[in-house]
Amino acid sequence: MTSEAENIEQTPSPLVAALQREHPEWIAEVIIAFGETTIVVPREHIVAACSFLKTWPEGRFDFLADICGADRGVEEEPRFEVNYHLFSTTKYHRLRLKVVLNEEDTHVASVTGVWRTANWHERETFDLFGVIFDGHPDLRRILLPDDWQGHALRKDFPLRGYEPYSLK
Amino acid sequence: MSSATIPPQFEIVDRPLDTQMTISMGPQHPSTHGVLRLELVLDGEMVVKTTPDIGYLHTGMEKLFEYKKYQQGIVITDRMDYLNPLGNNLAYVMAGEKLLGLEIPERAQVIRVLFCELQRIASHLVWLGTHALDIGAMTVFFYCFREREKILNLIEAASGGRLTPSYFRIGGLMMDLPAGFENRCKQFLDFFPPAVDEFHTLLSGNKIFQRRTQGIGRISAEDAIDWGLSGPCLRGSGVALDIRRANPYSGYEKYDFEIPTEPDGDVWSRYMVRMREMKESHKIATQALARLQPGPIKADAPKVVLPDREAMKSHMDALIHHFLIVAEGFDVPAGEVYHPIEASKGELGVYMRSDGGPKPSRVHFRGPSFVNLSALPVMAEGEMVADVVAIIGSLDVVLGEIDR
Amino acid sequence: MGLENVIAEALPEVLTTRLDSLINWARKSSLWPATFGLACCAIEMMNATTSRNDLARFGAEVFRASPRQADVMIVSGRVSRKMAPVLRRIYDQMPEPKWVISMGACATSGGVFDNYAIVQGVDKIVPVDVYIPGCPPRPEMLIHAVMMLQDKVMKESVRDRRDIPEEEAREAVVPGTLPVTDGSTARQNTLPESRPYTIASRHERRRSS
Repeated sequence: MTSEAENIEQTPSPLVAALQREHPEWIAEVIIAFGETTIVVPREHIVAACSFLKTWPEGRFDFLADICGADRGVEEEPRFEVNYHLFSTTKYHRLRLKVVLNEEDTHVASVTGVWRTANWHERETFDLFGVIFDGHPDLRRILLPDDWQGHALRKDFPLRGYEPYSLK
Repeated sequence: MSSATIPPQFEIVDRPLDTQMTISMGPQHPSTHGVLRLELVLDGEMVVKTTPDIGYLHTGMEKLFEYKKYQQGIVITDRMDYLNPLGNNLAYVMAGEKLLGLEIPERAQVIRVLFCELQRIASHLVWLGTHALDIGAMTVFFYCFREREKILNLIEAASGGRLTPSYFRIGGLMMDLPAGFENRCKQFLDFFPPAVDEFHTLLSGNKIFQRRTQGIGRISAEDAIDWGLSGPCLRGSGVALDIRRANPYSGYEKYDFEIPTEPDGDVWSRYMVRMREMKESHKIATQALARLQPGPIKADAPKVVLPDREAMKSHMDALIHHFLIVAEGFDVPAGEVYHPIEASKGELGVYMRSDGGPKPSRVHFRGPSFVNLSALPVMAEGEMVADVVAIIGSLDVVLGEIDR
Repeated sequence: MGLENVIAEALPEVLTTRLDSLINWARKSSLWPATFGLACCAIEMMNATTSRNDLARFGAEVFRASPRQADVMIVSGRVSRKMAPVLRRIYDQMPEPKWVISMGACATSGGVFDNYAIVQGVDKIVPVDVYIPGCPPRPEMLIHAVMMLQDKVMKESVRDRRDIPEEEAREAVVPGTLPVTDGSTARQNTLPESRPYTIASRHERRRSS
């Protein structure tokens, strides 16, 4: 992650500058690295930010490419993050929105009302990390078996699982 | 064009003596292209509601990446979308190169484009063979696999593996092309367009095939974008979006090719888009082959890229670098990237996050088949059961990529 | 009540050896596989049926979709934990005589994937007759495995392959072996004594390959 000093040095893109003028309370942090722009959004504003970005003439982010969860580490605080990768099919630019969550309170609002494709992506993030999306129409496990205990991609889940497979 | 709607007299209610029944199609089924389970609620033969149930091939690959060094992870990416392994390799490798900030030499980029396009043709050939087989045309299956064997020969000559080549490395390629490769490739490319015309004579004029595919599984352009479809599924609905044009990578902006689109959004349009894409891939591959010049194939980064064998055997520093790279791996600067490429099925994106060590902290693959399959309920409502098979075939799903 | 049940009870042994050869030849020449392609090895299995490597020459032409009509189950690909009960159920649905070929490294032993999601070897679920290494194995290797299985089939006896009731089939679970019984355990409530299948294929006795 780039430090605060580097953030001030690099000029943010016109898109981020315009967004900062319109809704500064949605932007907690801007990270520009490796040619990509990441905006850290406080979790209570994520749905508003997404729906604004979808229809905003400067943005037109009508394509949600991916929702990706990540676990920063068992000792880190905040522990989980949820990344939203947005893409515009008309302007061809990309943006990443990031929501960071603590370990005790892993709730975030669901964006299925903004893009319907978020449905399965959020189910996968719930299945593998345990992040609960409020307002999701059908939040249940998608990749692991329905009776699986635990969330597999968390850093404290062992690679080989807890017990070998047996037919019984 | 609006998608098929359920006529108003059919609704889902729980009446035990009704004509509605719920059946489970899969996971072991000859036409589901892998271990996919569909819960179909049928009224007679008409599909009222369908729910895909995936996860029967979940391999925990994303967790495995966190325990393997960056170069070791390339082997795992082959097994994801196993019809397009070089595309998976490319996406992973380019994400790593973005994090490291490497400059890839020209020859390596041209070879990458050449192999990606050959792989795209091979993937579309399997799609065509299995799609036609499901609809009932068995001859096309054998013809397509005959062509595919030639491509697999080329890939095997360069990398050693037919289906799991792992040919690309972070910083370039594994090895240079063998002697005589350009001639063999040219031979195949000269011979290929008549083969595509042969497939057209087998299928496109066939009235049965047309009746089974036209008007089936419609999805409009707005719905397609909202549901995140990409690749031929999106271009079959009229949206001219191709990552090779939108966010070019590996030198694609220098090649001359068209983006085929069809306006209707049904199974037939997706079929025509893929057939035309095979010809476009052939065009790009021919240009790449003509553009091939001798040169280095690995980036100039001795701490990341393995040195040549000859240099390793004679120079001490090359030997040390080789040992350190293989034994300990190289440290990647902390940060995160999302790198999308246009795989044969759509937008394949890799999200890679590094904490500064030799192993990644999180690798996530945005599989195009995962997202394309989520739109199946929208496409299949109101169609007959037999049409569901055609729709799944036209979506070109590969369960390895969906379940990872 | 299959042919073998009737024969084993009625006819003396000298006749069954003659009959064995005939029946085994018929069985090995038309081994019908059940479609159980899971992952990448399934594509190589499809390649083995196409015109360059033609599996149909060996009688394995028709891949039956229904396990009730199949003889051999070629498990090609990685078996995840969610899929494992389904695999066992398909295996149980196949009528005797049935064989299993475990194709590829993932089906044999878990392969590259030593983690929480993959069953480390399909012989933890079903008894396997032929293992094929490789990731994925070349189509020629699959054909070689089918030929090895044919050798194995030729050396069996009719009396070994009787339809046994399903509970009894599930009892004799020793990985890598087949439940070989004479039907008497159906009346008892004890675990049948299973012996490992030690019939070697002709290929294994060759001096050099």
